[in-house]
Amino acid sequence: MRKLFVAVSLWAIAGAANAAVIRVAPDGDAQEKVQTALLDAKPGDVVELAAGKFVFTDGLSLDIDNVTVRGAGPDKTILSFAGQKGAGEGLLITSDKVTVRDLAVEDSKGDGLKAKGVDQISFLNVRVEWTGGPKESNGAYGVYPVSSTNVLVDRAVVRGASDAGIYVGQSKNIIVKNSTAEFNVAGIEIENCWNADVFDNLATRNAGGILVFDMPSLPQKDGHSVRVFRNKVVNNDVANFAPQGNIVASVPTGTGVMVMANRNVHVFDNEIDENQTAAVMLVAFQKEYDDADYNPLPREVVVRDNKIGRNGFAPKFPGGAELAQAVGGVIPPILWDGVTSYAKGAQKVSIPANMRLTDGPVLNLNLAAPAAMDTAKPGVEPTIQAGGAIAEPAAVILPAEQAKLAL
Amino acid sequence: MRPLRALAIAAVGLLALTAASPPAPVAADLLLAETPAQTLDAYGLFLDAGARRPTAGVVPYDLNTPLFSDYAEKFRYVFVPTGKTVRYAAEGVLDFPVGATLIKTFAYPADFRRPNEKIRFVETRLLIRKTDGWVAQTYVWNAEQTKATLKRAGARMDVSFIDAHGEAQTVDYAVPNTNQCKECHSSDNRLAPIGPKARNLNREFDYKSGDYFGDNRDGEDKANQIVRWTRLGLLEGAPARAVIPATARWDDPKEPVEARARAYLDANCAHCHNPRGMASNSGLFLNLEEQRANHLGIGKNPVAAGRGAGGLAVSIRPGDPDASILAYRMASKEPGVMMPELGRSVIHREGVELVRAYIAGMKR
Repeated sequence: MRKLFVAVSLWAIAGAANAAVIRVAPDGDAQEKVQTALLDAKPGDVVELAAGKFVFTDGLSLDIDNVTVRGAGPDKTILSFAGQKGAGEGLLITSDKVTVRDLAVEDSKGDGLKAKGVDQISFLNVRVEWTGGPKESNGAYGVYPVSSTNVLVDRAVVRGASDAGIYVGQSKNIIVKNSTAEFNVAGIEIENCWNADVFDNLATRNAGGILVFDMPSLPQKDGHSVRVFRNKVVNNDVANFAPQGNIVASVPTGTGVMVMANRNVHVFDNEIDENQTAAVMLVAFQKEYDDADYNPLPREVVVRDNKIGRNGFAPKFPGGAELAQAVGGVIPPILWDGVTSYAKGAQKVSIPANMRLTDGPVLNLNLAAPAAMDTAKPGVEPTIQAGGAIAEPAAVILPAEQAKLAL
Repeated sequence: MRPLRALAIAAVGLLALTAASPPAPVAADLLLAETPAQTLDAYGLFLDAGARRPTAGVVPYDLNTPLFSDYAEKFRYVFVPTGKTVRYAAEGVLDFPVGATLIKTFAYPADFRRPNEKIRFVETRLLIRKTDGWVAQTYVWNAEQTKATLKRAGARMDVSFIDAHGEAQTVDYAVPNTNQCKECHSSDNRLAPIGPKARNLNREFDYKSGDYFGDNRDGEDKANQIVRWTRLGLLEGAPARAVIPATARWDDPKEPVEARARAYLDANCAHCHNPRGMASNSGLFLNLEEQRANHLGIGKNPVAAGRGAGGLAVSIRPGDPDASILAYRMASKEPGVMMPELGRSVIHREGVELVRAYIAGMKR
């Protein structure tokens, strides 16, 4: 046993000292060559994919810790999955401390770049694109870390996702920055996450720009502590092309920032302009659910100091035009459904509003329950400042080694 | 007459050979080596190069309800090193000792109406229990059926056969890459076997049946597998047969539809769709232990299904299979829509029918 331990230690030291670069060119059987490189890599190694187009028939996967997969640039190294016959995603990562950088994933049948159940995953300077433009038949998510801790997405570009371009789900400690999401149903979506900073991104020409959602009946719920700041959320005008049945199919075209359920969400210093439905929308989860621990209401939400341009001029939800008419022609910058009570099993729970919405005016629908549109008593208030102080979560800090990778 | 005689002569020749020199035992040390063997025969798990006749101590077994893999026949064997035993577990996979190896050959008869003739082996997968966990390897058979070679990066090949209805079929058979093995064989992100649970092994096996390339050298014909494993000294700790749980056989019309469908979903979906599997983030849990209606898919909205939802609102709409995502995805063979994502390229018609009947039978 002791001998084995010594041998393993020596090997680990040797491995770190002799980190290898495994180079793969796009000629020949790309599937076999790239997948073999991803299997052969040792912790510390770099799998370097040369400039050119790699054509795959199946998804790729990586399950070795501390490996970097690097291309020659997001317009130079292209991983094409247009001819994919199987597997759900382009590249699936199931190991810790992996960096994917400087490459593009095109036309995967399912999701583009997915990481599941890992620690310290970094996607840097990558492009994920469905090259036929926005289509219902495109894959769901472009950059897709899920059930992970310490997530870094920096300088990603995602186009054409039929759900969310950059989607972080059920994860903890997340930074999404300097990225561009366009022509997706949702540009950037943070769902069932704890502690996320989303900043310096551009979300444009999606149906909805940036979404912060919390869903019931999932292993990680109670989404909270999310900061959305310094982003440009403009011209989100693509007709929602999500397949029906998915929650994002309910996002009205022309939504800037949308918060559904969640607590402690701070939206500040963003530029939000030319979104036809609303600049910022705060709503309860509207479908039926069977989860006694779930709170479907957005609460402890702060919306302040955003630069809000012309939004809400042609709201794309049922009854939107009439509602706009009733409040002076346009939907005010912040639209809140105003729900303060919900069903918890058989009992009804009421929670006093706790909101700091100072970029008003605010249109409060004052619904009696989630989705109860027939109970609406719309009222416009200059601001809503209800409840106690809402402390802003501290900035997300990634492990030092990973933080160094960010710009 | 003639082929039979030739066969008899060949058999006599083989017998003579084995009589002359006793077969080499299984290369237990090679199974545990850091580097896998390049060809399957190196392990000595079988007496012949074609892997039709297992070495002594390599015991065939079967499951009540297996995973569907493009209609492939599966020949399963277990090897346990001398002096070690498998420990019984009432729930989950049995506790296998270091060195234990599960062997599974995927094969197609030329004509499924004559399933015991002209059987072509496609690949043989090994799951080896090493000191720090399970390791998966797969060996792909050559056209001559004389050699199976290690394949780590996966492969695709066309396999043709006549199906049980007499129709010609060609499947785009996918050999998984080593990581894909783990995508299904994963629990808490560690590789693990799926099939050999007490409840799935608790059934009769015909050890005499020649078509299984079986092994009845001790003369026992039919026996319950758990009883026989215990008798052979492979397994310890099994309770009386009456208290060993048994999974329904998905294709046994005498069993209730719900039990068969739950067994089918457990074998075909739950390796990912369980709280510790690859699809844990979906919240859809199809393992037999799951009892919460919502997590079983009833009235459950999709989470990350994308176009896989097919425009439908819930995984299962009781009484209405056409409105149920579960049935929709099983009946697709389009990547990004089809479920399971791996291991099949054709639709399992009988499986879809069973799950549709299960949903149709639920109270609206």
